[in-house]
Amino acid sequence: MQSLFNGLVQGAVYALIALGYTMVYGILRMINFAHGEVYMIGAYLSVVTLSLLTALGFAAVSVPLCLLVSLAVAMVFCAAHGFTVERAAYKPLRQSHLLVPLISAVGMSTFLQNYVMLAQGKAPRDFPHEFRELLVSRTFEPFGVRVNLLELVILGGTLLMLVLLHLFVTRTNMGKAMRATSQDMKMASLAGINVDRVISVTFVIGSALAAAAGVMVCMYEKNTCFDRGYLAGLKAFTAAVLGGIGNLPGAVVGGLLLGIVESLGIWLLSPDYKDVYAFIVLILVLLVRPTGLLGEQVADKS
Amino acid sequence: MLVLDNIHSAYGKIEALKGISLEVNEGEIVTLIGANGAGKSTTLMTICGVNRVKQGTISFKGERIDSLPPHVIVRKGISQAPEGRRIFPRLTVIENLEMGAFVRTDAEAIGKDIEYVFGLFPILRERRQQLGGTLSGGEQQMLAIARALMARPKLLLLDEPSLGLAPIVVAKIFEAIKGLNRQGATIFLVEQNARMALKLAHRGYVLETGRITMNDTAAALLNSRRVQEAYLGA
Repeated sequence: MQSLFNGLVQGAVYALIALGYTMVYGILRMINFAHGEVYMIGAYLSVVTLSLLTALGFAAVSVPLCLLVSLAVAMVFCAAHGFTVERAAYKPLRQSHLLVPLISAVGMSTFLQNYVMLAQGKAPRDFPHEFRELLVSRTFEPFGVRVNLLELVILGGTLLMLVLLHLFVTRTNMGKAMRATSQDMKMASLAGINVDRVISVTFVIGSALAAAAGVMVCMYEKNTCFDRGYLAGLKAFTAAVLGGIGNLPGAVVGGLLLGIVESLGIWLLSPDYKDVYAFIVLILVLLVRPTGLLGEQVADKS
Repeated sequence: MLVLDNIHSAYGKIEALKGISLEVNEGEIVTLIGANGAGKSTTLMTICGVNRVKQGTISFKGERIDSLPPHVIVRKGISQAPEGRRIFPRLTVIENLEMGAFVRTDAEAIGKDIEYVFGLFPILRERRQQLGGTLSGGEQQMLAIARALMARPKLLLLDEPSLGLAPIVVAKIFEAIKGLNRQGATIFLVEQNARMALKLAHRGYVLETGRITMNDTAAALLNSRRVQEAYLGA
């Protein structure tokens, strides 16, 4: 039970990041390799914001408020990063072969990593202790599972964002336009949809979700570092493929499944191979269902 | 209303339109007929801004539109039901219609227009919560036309609305097109089914490998030996 719960928490985070991969893939048929870096930048932004708020004396006023402010700052600035990355590195290549923006994405990923390393140094940065303590120190034990408040915040926050995203894509005109664009981009523009704007919105939303994940994980793991985006991004990408890339519920299912498998693997087998379990599951699922668990049938382009 | 003047446009690397000029006046049904690969769809995609103009000008209501992006051209009042229908397969019928009205913000009038197109094609009302991809070919064609109408276009472009449909369905759709025109819609119809198109239209153009070769009233084209031999199988 305990490892199931831990897996759920980890999986929720993968799901949040995976959504960004899958949304971008759904529309542009490209993998935004720089997405993991945006997640890492989100973690840094929250650390920096909290240090700043503490220095200015706001931490004494209200710790939870400071946390919320730093989350908001991270989400907004990461959204701006996502927007800029797309405009600078992908949009000029819209007319080229699909592999070209992919290479540009790899370059962007390296660039962002190095830019954070130069600005923040090679050593990991700790999440300010007093803020973390507020959430981690409160623990509960329902049904014999040890749970702290932070884990509940991660689960609750993820759930809230999933619900908001779902409402956005099913209820708002922009959300529907996003789905329409992912199904037939040419027709979307013939219907009067500004496709470039839809793409920007996609990057903005995906990046904001990744930032939220980055902040929460940074609290969970106590610190962050310039190279943290790589593995998290890779895992989340695996989750997206596992669920069927391009499919929003698939990203969530894939993320949760991956988190749980990892956690069970650690418990049942050995923690040494933590990062291997995810990819074993990926290979097994793709052998049976090449389109992923909830993948779209290939032949529905009517 | 719509004037194409000496339009050159490429489809990939092939020059598909080699200097075509044509005109659609307000209230008319004008048809463009021609064989497969003559450049009919390219013409429509060029008007809509999806294909770039290499040379020549397109103006709509006296304003140059040949360098505008597609979504701006829709706002100017031109919408298209494209070849192959291109229904959004995983949006419901209602959502497809809403996407047709994407450029509009008058929610109340949009609701009324949805009722209007349901009146035009009652089967769509029954299917309204179904995904676009699950509709039959005829239903998809009706939805494609309905979706184009949802933009409240001043000029409606239709690309092969008869393609792949049973004759009885085609008759129904052509009846609806005629009805729309009677209510004042201006229509530019591209068709391979030359006989039906010419019976419906006021005027017609014949397109052959990227050039307009004939241009007359629909009745005159129907009676022309050249058209009869080449397109009407007489």
